[in-house]
Amino acid sequence: MNIQRDPGPPVATQQSVGKSLPHESAALHVTGTATYTDDLPELTGTLHAALGLSTIAHGRVIRMELDAVRAYPGVQAVIMASDIPGANNCGVVVHDEPILADHDIQFYGQPLFAVAARSHDIARRAARLAKIEYESLPAILDMDEAIAAQSWVLPPADMARGDVTNALATATHRLTGSAKVGGQEHFYLEGQVAFAVPRPDDTLHVYCSTQHPTEMQHLVAHALGWRSHQVSVECRRLGGGFGGKESQSGQWACLAALLAWQTGHPVKLRLDRDDDISITGKRHPFLCHWEAGFEDDGMLLGVKIELASNCGFSADLSGPVNDRALCHLDNAYYLDAVAIRSLRCKTNTVSATAFRGFGGPQGMFMIESIMDDVARHLGLDPVVVRQRNLYGPSTGSERNLTHYGMKVEDNILPQLLAQLIESSDYHARRKAITTFNTNSPVIKRGLALTPVKFGISFNATLFNQAGAVVMVYADGTVLVTHGGTEMGQGLYTKIRQIVAEVFGLPPTDIRFTATDTSRVPNTSATAASSGTDINGQAVYAAAVTVRGRLAALVAQMCNCQADEVRFADGCVYAPGFSEDFADIARRAYAARVQLWSDGYYRTPKIHWDAATRTGRPFYYFAYGAAVSEVAIDTLTGEMKLLRADILHDVGRSINPALDTGQIEGGFIQGMGWLTSEELCWQQAGAHRGRLNSHAPSTYKIPTGFDVPDVFNVALYDGENVEESIYRSKAVGEPPLMLALSVFFAVRDAIAAGCGSGSRPPLIAPATPESILRALKQGREAA
Amino acid sequence: MSTRAIQFWYRGQIHKVDNATPTRTVLQHLREDMHCSGTKEGCAEGDCGACTVVLGETVDGELRLRAVNSCIQFLPTLDGKALFTVEDVGTPAHMHPVQQAMVTCHGSQCGFCTPGFVMSLWAMYQNAPTCPGREAVIDAISGNLCRCTGYRPILEAATAAYALPRKALDTTPVLAALARLALLPPLHYQSHGYHFFAPRRLSELLLIRAEHPQARLLAGSTDVGLWVTKQLRDLGDVIYLGQIPELKRIETVDKGLEIGAGVALADAFTALIQQEPQWLELARRFASVPVRNAGTLGGNIVNGSPIGDSMPALMVLGARLVLWGGDYRREMPIEAFYLGYQQNALAPGEILEKICVPDAPSRGRLFRTWKVSKRFEQDISAVCGAFMLQVDLHGQIMDARIAFGGMAATPKRAPNAEMALIGQRWNIDTAEAAVLALADDYQPLSDLRASADYRKEVAANLLRRFWLETGAGVAMTRIGQIHEVSA
Repeated sequence: MNIQRDPGPPVATQQSVGKSLPHESAALHVTGTATYTDDLPELTGTLHAALGLSTIAHGRVIRMELDAVRAYPGVQAVIMASDIPGANNCGVVVHDEPILADHDIQFYGQPLFAVAARSHDIARRAARLAKIEYESLPAILDMDEAIAAQSWVLPPADMARGDVTNALATATHRLTGSAKVGGQEHFYLEGQVAFAVPRPDDTLHVYCSTQHPTEMQHLVAHALGWRSHQVSVECRRLGGGFGGKESQSGQWACLAALLAWQTGHPVKLRLDRDDDISITGKRHPFLCHWEAGFEDDGMLLGVKIELASNCGFSADLSGPVNDRALCHLDNAYYLDAVAIRSLRCKTNTVSATAFRGFGGPQGMFMIESIMDDVARHLGLDPVVVRQRNLYGPSTGSERNLTHYGMKVEDNILPQLLAQLIESSDYHARRKAITTFNTNSPVIKRGLALTPVKFGISFNATLFNQAGAVVMVYADGTVLVTHGGTEMGQGLYTKIRQIVAEVFGLPPTDIRFTATDTSRVPNTSATAASSGTDINGQAVYAAAVTVRGRLAALVAQMCNCQADEVRFADGCVYAPGFSEDFADIARRAYAARVQLWSDGYYRTPKIHWDAATRTGRPFYYFAYGAAVSEVAIDTLTGEMKLLRADILHDVGRSINPALDTGQIEGGFIQGMGWLTSEELCWQQAGAHRGRLNSHAPSTYKIPTGFDVPDVFNVALYDGENVEESIYRSKAVGEPPLMLALSVFFAVRDAIAAGCGSGSRPPLIAPATPESILRALKQGREAA
Repeated sequence: MSTRAIQFWYRGQIHKVDNATPTRTVLQHLREDMHCSGTKEGCAEGDCGACTVVLGETVDGELRLRAVNSCIQFLPTLDGKALFTVEDVGTPAHMHPVQQAMVTCHGSQCGFCTPGFVMSLWAMYQNAPTCPGREAVIDAISGNLCRCTGYRPILEAATAAYALPRKALDTTPVLAALARLALLPPLHYQSHGYHFFAPRRLSELLLIRAEHPQARLLAGSTDVGLWVTKQLRDLGDVIYLGQIPELKRIETVDKGLEIGAGVALADAFTALIQQEPQWLELARRFASVPVRNAGTLGGNIVNGSPIGDSMPALMVLGARLVLWGGDYRREMPIEAFYLGYQQNALAPGEILEKICVPDAPSRGRLFRTWKVSKRFEQDISAVCGAFMLQVDLHGQIMDARIAFGGMAATPKRAPNAEMALIGQRWNIDTAEAAVLALADDYQPLSDLRASADYRKEVAANLLRRFWLETGAGVAMTRIGQIHEVSA
């Protein structure tokens, strides 16, 4: 489909787009007046839900005694699997995930029943009175056990190009290695919450903190045995999502809806933080064994990789997550001959799910590990090996086709890296660090530069579509609704800027409705960094349609061409004519001109053959690079990020401040994943399989102290080669992977403490213990 | 003693509560009873700061404002105090400079943690008339987690707020109200079948305990709060120690410092750092500002967690505990207080009254205390160590004390390592001999914070660091010492 694209005024005269406006809700955030799902006024009769959770990781329920739960004063309803009238499923791709376990327990903490009571406190207390007898079965917790048992959620998959065997055989150097990276809890500050309200005529409205209202609508309808038009789902804002409220909000929406349906009362289900962390999915841990062949200068000729991920007990989004990992195993590098085997391990842990980057970060972690090892093996600065292996320019090079067959058309990384190396003073600092390390027995410093190339679009082509409605009221004010959700990333702000730009209105004249499946249907998740790209285009199309009608009206009035009508400064101009936008809106209403329109967008050019895993899954790539400098304490393994320099490509930014916020926030979040955030499962005893790091007291995300003293973030000057909205680029996920530079700087510092040529076996997250272990093993090997 | 309602200053007036359970949290009251939803629940255990509120108390005639976690503060502990929430600070039309700066600097993204940050920054702003600097700002938000911004714009906003015209709280009506509340009898609150007492004198405490011997003693509730919010435990009757001035005194006596058991950790550390600057890094890393504001030094000691961070240093500094039994006092070295895991020497009816920390001898004392955890700020120690040597003019070690947390069921001294030091000269060989001996002092456990092997290795390495810093003259041994300056 061809989108009618408005050439628009030149960038320099844009009134709203390109400006660093504050977040549209900033004033509400800081005054505590931004309402989240749990803050909505409760209706009379509202009940509160809590869950009964399994206390074994694998086995069967022999007996579930809930009388005491039902008898607890204030309890109104208790439901089990057998009470679900429709599909007992919240698995979104494969239907392998029950809302409530019936007999088979597949992970520690799996929900068995739900209670609705007069208060949250009563519901929680009552839920603990259940008496449950289990028959325990052996539980598989990690990838090694799963691989040995060939326990998969989905069959192994392959992705390959070229003759790897030959490439390895003919390479000057051949090296093997392994790399391991842990999972990550989303730790959105607002926990999972859904508030289901019965409405007349067998309908239900669910307020839900979710990135995917449409999927919530489908799951709720299926659970109730209803059809989609009976359920509407609404979300004004989330207190953070990061992928953790894409599929993972479904179970809670369904349970709130089921309890509301059963009791006839509004029901709110808000997970306590410990439950939330214990029983909602996380980023997939990955494990990789590799063999690489390369030349003296570090040029990679062939690489063979076995890539395993811990998917937990169900498929959830593990298929697409692993596919994205495969599609990002190259990161920024041309892999001439490559063979990857992807193992999707099934374990008795909570199902792993989407998390910012969606497998991309894990795939990139592996190739960066390989680059680092190749460089250390050859005694080269890793930055040299990284530069040498970058994709070539789009023309005049054969090194620009990815291993899944997509051409890299706008590879700006060679220039971007050169610019960052210069601005961060990389080479001088490298020398200074070497000197420092010679003279510092305890503290060692490390430095690393890593690039990012991240594919933008949902891998599954069908999700790359969006809809919107733009309504102009007769007083000239504008109300916008679209399918994207606002989780802090600033989507609504950018949408507002786009609409303001089209109509030449001040941004405050544009307001939003909450995102609601009864306003825009069949929406895609706000995920894959796609929010502004697709919803922005849909909104733009709708706004341009309305503006076209207004322009036609004015042209008729003024006897001019429609393209001579301009919208700016809250006014409408034509040759010899100007009038307030509000007056034009009034005129248009009186003239019976339709003042509202829908808009629709589907991403062009993309295609993906799921069987061969080839095609052009991505509309374009977003690029970036970071240089990080760290210090480690070789006595305790503690580390600190001292300085970070980032140069990141957001195309032509719609809002530089918001984009910078995504870059900084993504980077620090990525650093947490790779350093302090460690998921610890109980390994032995009756509670084997319990997640012990289930609260902020035990799961440590970065704090203010962890922000580097020097933090230079710059936007790369350029624009999208594709016709994206205002030539911008997506920015939600890519910056997370800039944090790989922190991990490899840590490894660099460890290597400095081990002696030259060492390849310290650092496992992510690089906790103090992990760092100290790598130091010890690196020293022993040296 | 007749019962009465809980009374505190809130939203410009004296607010009374007479129907909440005694362990209802301030956060539950705000959100569920008052329907004021600006204050958020993020974790309900005092670790994320989304629920941060500010409490005001009259101290020396002035209003002292401190950020605390409302999710683990019980409502009756507010009696006689002033409560400030984000709704008090400003509105979208009339923002406070802290709020305005947060908007201008793009300090909020999803916005859920934002009210908590605003309250921490507001407390800092109120207490510091000029911007206290980057390190102090980072410390001020040490109890607030943000998952979106990466903190950089929040740190910037803290500074930017001071560039706007200053807008300080008018404390006059608050002080007047608190003065009126001070005239009320001590709180005896009764609801849902439970008593909550907040005596104001030790003598009253004695009487109440005689009548309610089973009542739970409560200080800062930074741990006990979680028994309620996480374990859903009924505490039964509660006696709150936070209103007894006799327990909140810090006194400098001729031989040292006497710190009342009810002194907030924040104040205790200020005094301890003044007496011995080497406390600084540990104090900075101990929990977070809101926890140090609410929690007490006595609570940390009596709670007796094996990973309580104040005890190793107090042990090596020779601190003594004064236990009060109503008609008698007895004193013991702090290490004698711990009998086993969660067992201590308090006899029925006794309380910890104060902690006595002797001054350093005029010369020759070497002291360090450090904690090691996954995260620098607001984390629970994997290992916490403290070291003290008394070295004579000839470099001979006259006395040695070493203690660790995280290495045994209680905070514990290291007799073998100490023995290897005493009588020796303080040199590398002695240090290594002590490291060797230390291996026999502890059999630590593996848990989610660290493995036993890591704990043993780090304990040994901290002892090495002690040598490097105090004997070998190595200047840079800690990551906390390094600061990068912009090129």
